[in-house]
Amino acid sequence: MRCFIGIDLGSTTTKALVLDEAGKMLGRGITNSRSNYDIATALSKREALVDTRFTLFRQSLSSLAALSGELEAFLMRLEQNFRLEQFLEQLADLEETCRAHVSGQRFAGREEATARALDEIFGRLRAEAPAMFVPGAKRKSDFFRDIAGSRYLALGEAAAKDSGLPFDLVLNLYDRSIIEVENRIGTEDMAAKVLRALDRTFAAMPELGGAAEQVRGKVREALEVELEEVYVVGTGYGRARLPFSKEHIRSEILCHGLGAHVMYPETRTVLDIGGQDTKAIQVDGDGIVENFQMNDRCAAGCGRYLGYIADEMNVGVHELGPIALEASRIVRINSTCTVFAGAELRDRLALGERREDILAGLHRAIILRAVSILSRSGGIRDQFTFTGGVANNAAAVKALGQLVSEHYGEITINIDPDSIYTGALGAATFARRAVAA
Amino acid sequence: MNAAQAIETPVRKEDSMLRQKAMIAGNFRDLARAKEEGKKVVSTFVPGNLNELLMCFDLVRNLPEINALRNGMRGESRGYIMEAERAGQSEDVCAYVKADLGMMAEGKNVPTGQPLPTPDQLLNSYTGCFTFMKWFELVREQYGCETVMLHVPYQGDGTITENMRGYVVKQLNENVIPTLERVSGVRFDIDRLREYLRESAKAEEDLVWVFESAKNKPSPIDAYFGGVFYIGPIFGAFRGTPEATEYYRLLRGEVEERLRRAQGPVTPEGELDEERYRLVVEGPPNWTSFREFWKMFYDEGAVVVASTYCKVGGVYDFGFRHDPDNPLESLADYCLGCYTNLNLPTRAAMLSTYVEDYEADGLLINSVKSCNSFSAGQLLLLREVEARTGKPGGFIENDLVDPRYFSAANIKTRLESYLQMINQKRGRASLAEGGTA
Repeated sequence: MRCFIGIDLGSTTTKALVLDEAGKMLGRGITNSRSNYDIATALSKREALVDTRFTLFRQSLSSLAALSGELEAFLMRLEQNFRLEQFLEQLADLEETCRAHVSGQRFAGREEATARALDEIFGRLRAEAPAMFVPGAKRKSDFFRDIAGSRYLALGEAAAKDSGLPFDLVLNLYDRSIIEVENRIGTEDMAAKVLRALDRTFAAMPELGGAAEQVRGKVREALEVELEEVYVVGTGYGRARLPFSKEHIRSEILCHGLGAHVMYPETRTVLDIGGQDTKAIQVDGDGIVENFQMNDRCAAGCGRYLGYIADEMNVGVHELGPIALEASRIVRINSTCTVFAGAELRDRLALGERREDILAGLHRAIILRAVSILSRSGGIRDQFTFTGGVANNAAAVKALGQLVSEHYGEITINIDPDSIYTGALGAATFARRAVAA
Repeated sequence: MNAAQAIETPVRKEDSMLRQKAMIAGNFRDLARAKEEGKKVVSTFVPGNLNELLMCFDLVRNLPEINALRNGMRGESRGYIMEAERAGQSEDVCAYVKADLGMMAEGKNVPTGQPLPTPDQLLNSYTGCFTFMKWFELVREQYGCETVMLHVPYQGDGTITENMRGYVVKQLNENVIPTLERVSGVRFDIDRLREYLRESAKAEEDLVWVFESAKNKPSPIDAYFGGVFYIGPIFGAFRGTPEATEYYRLLRGEVEERLRRAQGPVTPEGELDEERYRLVVEGPPNWTSFREFWKMFYDEGAVVVASTYCKVGGVYDFGFRHDPDNPLESLADYCLGCYTNLNLPTRAAMLSTYVEDYEADGLLINSVKSCNSFSAGQLLLLREVEARTGKPGGFIENDLVDPRYFSAANIKTRLESYLQMINQKRGRASLAEGGTA
């Protein structure tokens, strides 16, 4: 199967997307960006290809009568179990790496105690893992580092105490190991993990036991389909060196513009608020960029800003929007600077303002900045597409809607929960076009 | 351009470049020896500089702007700027000023390793930069030297009236010349001025020829990165000298030769082999990362065919020449015609003319934080020139000599996006390509 892949190396996350020859999306993958761009690229691509396999599973299994009515539930279960297998594999790697670091002066005389602490920590981590990957389970994040890190921290304290060790010694092992583990591409053996996941799934859904052999057969077939990477295009914020040769790179402005056009062919203005930059892009009816503006040397108003505010308020980033939506009024925040806005926030709280109202003000401040960049790029024209991680924030979307209608009248605003993949979609589309030429 | 090609065309220091280096070194030597030779020193600015007039009084000329940019190119400006800020100068103050003040504060005054003498006179020929005035007020405070100002009226309506010209000439007669006579002890001889102006006109003729050579395809020069060196003698301490005339004669000869051989401009990595984009650039360059900045252009085969910064010390390519038959009126017209003294409609017309006459792919604006004379209205110019020429505009931001405002990644992203935009528009017919090459 001929595949065209786009990879978007963002500041916070790296996304990959796979298109088939006809331009239909086969799969997507996302990973947290790291300092090693080759690894981020490889991992996101692998995730996208995993997702592609699942698309093939769906196509293959949809014809099976035995699964009719249960297909979606089955596939969801299967994917969850596959993720569990991935998690366990990486967990095993983390454990081995942590144990290997128990050496040197720091651990002299404490090797046994440390080994016991690690036994406890990883034993519990392994035991609680399955519960994190069942339907309805709430995970803090989908990234290994986030899940493993927070659980290690929580379990580590007790384990350290039990073994009579200082907590930071135990923590230190994690810190020294996690980057190594994260940056290991790991085994490519998807098949083995899928088959193990299948076993788990059948164990959890005994009613489908009769179809087991048929399903396994179809899955094996789908696993054997060759995914030919015909062309890969990468994009990313001005890296000194993207891990692609020049012909395989397109600017992220063009990729976002084209990606938005593919998603919404009638779009003429695109706003992308990412982790550290904001892009305002004007495109024509063919998705070709006519004009653009970007923020410069200052990431106020970008995703990082929200992350900082979330930290200040001791909540998760995804909680900010819902809280802000409970506002009864908008507190005016004057600072354009992320750091100063944090000071203003504390000030307001001290004065007794409700945090809901302050957050509403902070959201409006971000959007004001974005609208300023938009007006410099040429304004907002119908249809207007809002992409990037911040587009998932309902309060930001609300503030944007208000400002748009105030200043530009009735304009269709396009928002897609998967808009974080816009750049990768544009890149993959460029990949298709490069070969079609 | 690859390494192999760079070796095949070894970088040869052209005769004109060597000549210019010698001239500059000579001037710094004159400055260093001024006191012991009993010569008086005058500091003045590039826009509106009255070099020929100053030479009539045997005054040795010092240009603080040029000293600042040289410091910038040698990586010394950051320290000076921070020194000036420590002393209370705001972040918003022009970086040239801060670099100069910081240098004075550190008692250095040595762009070339030779100590600069305290100026005996400050001549502020005011042609649109208010900051110059404040700069000289501070220098006067530092050294207790005399100041004289020539107030040049702004071309608000886009024309030079008799009234405006008369006003400038009156000041020359009643204030500037008497002051220079008194400070230097030399009587003003108008015939001497005429001689110098005669030389100037010759040099201007050759300079304009060199600029206009960029109308050819491929252009034999880069009118921005190369251009800023070509304007050195005429905007510095040498206009009106036989040495400057000789320099421009040499330069013209070299460019004629390049044209005959259909050669592209010389870059730090050798001759540019393929001209892929022709750009008009508005705005001053960055000096602290000059090579890195230039490389972003020539790596993409982008050549600047016309620039407005190379008109900041005088606009000669729309017919003006210094006129020995009307010396004082001619000096007035020269000052009135400097780029920063022109209103926005005139600048828009000039830029549009450049885009058309030089067959450029579009206008790129390099907006520097320091310079309001240039920055004010640049977004308007961008829109205006786009509308008039139908060609796309690009916008990048950095600074003159404050390295903290040069973000290579951001500039590269914007520049590459702009060039890819141009490329996409070219490839409209074959939409399938949509990329570089």
